[in-house]
Amino acid sequence: MDSADINITIIDREGVKHQIEAPTDMAMNLMEVVRSYELAPEGTIGICGGMAMCASCQCYVLSDTELPEMQDDEEAMLSEAFYVKDNSRLGCQIQMTPEMEGLEVELAPES
Amino acid sequence: MITTDILIIGAGPTGLFTVFEAGLLKLKCHLIDALPQQGGQCTELYPKKPIYDIPAYPEILAGDLTDKLMEQCKQFEPGFTLGERAETIEKQEDGTFIVTTNKGTKHQAPVVAIAGGLGSFEPRKPLIHNITDFEDKGVEYMIKEPEIYRGKKVVIAGGGDSALDWSIFLSDIAESVTLIHRRNEFRGHLDSVEKVQELKNSGKINLITPAEVTGIVGDDKVEAIVVKQAQHIEKEFEVECDHFIPLFGLSPKLGPIANWGLEIEKNAIKVNNALDYQTNIPGIYAIGDVNTYPGKLKLILCGFHEATLMCQSAYQIINPGKRYVLKYTTVAGVNGFDGTRKEAPKAVVKAID
Repeated sequence: MDSADINITIIDREGVKHQIEAPTDMAMNLMEVVRSYELAPEGTIGICGGMAMCASCQCYVLSDTELPEMQDDEEAMLSEAFYVKDNSRLGCQIQMTPEMEGLEVELAPES
Repeated sequence: MITTDILIIGAGPTGLFTVFEAGLLKLKCHLIDALPQQGGQCTELYPKKPIYDIPAYPEILAGDLTDKLMEQCKQFEPGFTLGERAETIEKQEDGTFIVTTNKGTKHQAPVVAIAGGLGSFEPRKPLIHNITDFEDKGVEYMIKEPEIYRGKKVVIAGGGDSALDWSIFLSDIAESVTLIHRRNEFRGHLDSVEKVQELKNSGKINLITPAEVTGIVGDDKVEAIVVKQAQHIEKEFEVECDHFIPLFGLSPKLGPIANWGLEIEKNAIKVNNALDYQTNIPGIYAIGDVNTYPGKLKLILCGFHEATLMCQSAYQIINPGKRYVLKYTTVAGVNGFDGTRKEAPKAVVKAID
């Protein structure tokens, strides 16, 4: 494992748990990590490209990892999205940082 | 029946640029798009977002790129079937294809170019258990003919620009307009939010927030919707209405194209990228974000490149045996189908005594 990688867990839409190493030195966000590991079919995640405009990368945060505070765009998008829970976040708005070691998320259903 | 040389499915950047490239080869194009306007994702999802990787444009708004592409291709007089989804394709004995939309509009062409981006944009349906029972019986996900709401009781759900804009528009036409949103805050242009506030204050729009529609009531058609307001977790109430219009944006789906017998891989259409971006069905091409091949990059500029090569190949299908030599527009100019001609100014030749 590269020193810039962190261990995170992603539960895909089929309920399968994936323990993966996510780079923190490539300016990747969580949605891009999911795409790079092909944990969701192409065309079902990150449709808007990561602009908080489609909610296709919605996920539920299961760990108590400290994450960046939600900004207006993300909050507004989640107010319109479906299957929203209290722990919902948009993967595209979560930049991977070393502090996120141990993060565990579950992908929200496709909508 | 609409007939053309190249039938393009998808009026996004790649589809629009195909019109120009085909036009240089004197090929006429017609475009079908499920959205009511041109531009695809650029106008539907992020018209005001800047794009930085379009050659020669250090920065251009997605909506402006669409406008420029429309300006560039209009001299080749493309036809458009908008707001309709390409549903079926049938190969004819003469080798042409007939593509029929969900509204029954038929198009015939010897070449079909699928430039469908992520697919056709389908409305995102709210999670209401019986909503499909009322589709076209009072539930509409898009407003196409505002006049049908004249004098009717309308409920709109959503918190974005569409919900705000249509609430404002219909408040002048409908008997009543009720806008329901999950939050008190709206994600839209400030002007629209302020206008809705004004109309709410004057009693022309009923605003119910924070709330969600949880059910639909009616026999043959919508008679009321069930609303759950956040402050009253246990309390649900009904709002009488003739039409319920949920406006929660659009979600792209490959849709009926997936059943056309094309080779699909990871939600995209496999093409012969070594040659001409043709699919496994001769005469049907796939260009732009909708296709896949080894090393594929989903970028607008790659779509432009693919469109250019595809048109050269399509020319041979449409004009078998006819020779064509690539000409630079700087040399040959551009001859529009509308009679216009653009060419570089000729050098002045004058003798010197």
